[in-house]
Amino acid sequence: MVGLALKGVGAKYGKHTVLSDVDTDILRGGVMTAVIGPNAAGKSTLFKRIAGLASGPGTVVLSDTLKGPETICYMPQDTGANAVLTVYESVLLASKQGSSWKVRDSELLEIDRILQALRINDLAFRGLGELSGGQRQLVSIAQALVRKPEVLLMDEPTSALDLFRQIEVLGFMRRLAAKSGMSVLIALHDLNHALRYCENTIVIAKGAMVASGLTGDVITGTMLRDIYRVEARVEMCSHGKPVVIVDHSII
Amino acid sequence: MAVAAEQLETTAGRDQYRALAFRRIVLICGMLVALCFSISIDMALGPANYTLREVLTSLFYAESVGDQLRVVIWDIRMPIALMAVTVGASLSLAGAQMQTILANPLASPFTLGISAAAGFGAALGLIGGVAIFPAAVQYMIPINAFLMAMAAALFIHFASTMRGVTVETIVLLGIALVFTFNALLSLLEYLASEQALAAVVFWTMGSLTKATWPKVWITGAVLLFAIPLFARHAWALTALRLGEDKAASLGINVRRLRLHTMMTVSLLAAIPVSFVGTIGFVGLVGPHIARMLVGEDQRFFLPASVLCGALLLSATSVVSKTLIPGAILPIGVITALVGVPFFFVLIFTNRRRAW
Repeated sequence: MVGLALKGVGAKYGKHTVLSDVDTDILRGGVMTAVIGPNAAGKSTLFKRIAGLASGPGTVVLSDTLKGPETICYMPQDTGANAVLTVYESVLLASKQGSSWKVRDSELLEIDRILQALRINDLAFRGLGELSGGQRQLVSIAQALVRKPEVLLMDEPTSALDLFRQIEVLGFMRRLAAKSGMSVLIALHDLNHALRYCENTIVIAKGAMVASGLTGDVITGTMLRDIYRVEARVEMCSHGKPVVIVDHSII
Repeated sequence: MAVAAEQLETTAGRDQYRALAFRRIVLICGMLVALCFSISIDMALGPANYTLREVLTSLFYAESVGDQLRVVIWDIRMPIALMAVTVGASLSLAGAQMQTILANPLASPFTLGISAAAGFGAALGLIGGVAIFPAAVQYMIPINAFLMAMAAALFIHFASTMRGVTVETIVLLGIALVFTFNALLSLLEYLASEQALAAVVFWTMGSLTKATWPKVWITGAVLLFAIPLFARHAWALTALRLGEDKAASLGINVRRLRLHTMMTVSLLAAIPVSFVGTIGFVGLVGPHIARMLVGEDQRFFLPASVLCGALLLSATSVVSKTLIPGAILPIGVITALVGVPFFFVLIFTNRRRAW
């Protein structure tokens, strides 16, 4: 099972440091890790740095991987809406990068499986420009999954989805991670989703890591007050699950 | 990781995709046949009209036809007909890849100022006798045009790679280049003698009558160099249309891909313009017609763009010979008249798949 650890990881754009000192223990495959923090904290930058799309100090350590650094797949927030491509074509091209023109039956059947698993097979031959933001996010997830990554970095994959789809996608990703041994890092704004679906959580604020560990230990009233500037509590609901209850913002 | 573990309920997607790909291949083959037909008609028309049978006999059994027919077809009309094909294909392909890498439907050699730069370069030679590359004075006009066009293309490229430069900025830069070079051209025309002025005006209208076999070979060679290069990066170029972040996330070196593509596009745009003058419409509309017919998967879009441009200019060449009997009108003038109605029909019947 793949393992990912970050050692003093930072990121720079030109001479400007935008992220620094992210250290984690080994994040084992098979579970989801939430990356949380306020807007512009550096979550996307951290993902780009891990995926090798941004430069900076520190080391991204991969262990027990079958494919090396190329097995890390970064999934941006959106996929282009202007391209005159069908959903099916856009997923196909994600799987074919660096390969020949010839498309094998097995590749097409894999796309069919993924679209069915995400319940978007009815959109397969719709143009990307005809989709809603939420539908495009589901296509983006399909484009990431078809590449068969061992480490998947999902940048706010549920931000445009309705509640039903959010629950469905996060549940699906958790089952998939458990079954395949994939390590999923997922940037989230909804902390209840982090509490419900993610075993570990990394908190990023103002370009630095401020906490990391088991989700239940990291998401606390103190952290919410210090990082998110809200007065909030983490309590157990009637089903025995932790939920964040926000009382008010701190001005 | 295996999503494959999920049960596959239907293979409808695969079947529909295969059918779609087959339809596109048929469409591209149809365009190829239409192009061959158009080239034959183009060669049959002229001051002395020949039948299609005479043209085909002269092409495939040259020794069995008379000297006059053979000379007219092989030495006079075929270079012009093939120049229409290579120039149309080159400009359309250049436009297609400019639109792809700049993510802009308005990008083309004409709208980004490359043609205007070439026009200014040619005018420098025609009016002032200025050779930008003095070592080859006998080819002063095409070399001037080529060097100015390359300079404009590279300027656009390097501007597009600067931080904070948006797609809209690139189009505005292109428009600024068009106005700048047109103003400089007007200034040269104002200072020019009557004879030089006539030469410049004729050059900027674009004309295939300047075609010779060496020019056909050079334009064709650049095309044959560019097509495999783009074909090799077909998946990456298609992915670029999903956005820069998405393409990078798929493992594509976006900066390098853009640079290589823009260098090749500069050659594709500059060489035809330096040989036949300004032909504006093909580079913009050829790719749009191709996109509406086959979408943006470069495995289909690439050949379709090439064929659309070639067909558009070849058909225009036919029209330019038939509008006024006995006269060959400048092709740059006729291109839009042939292309616009067809383009309108496609836009209004196929709106969902336009850019």
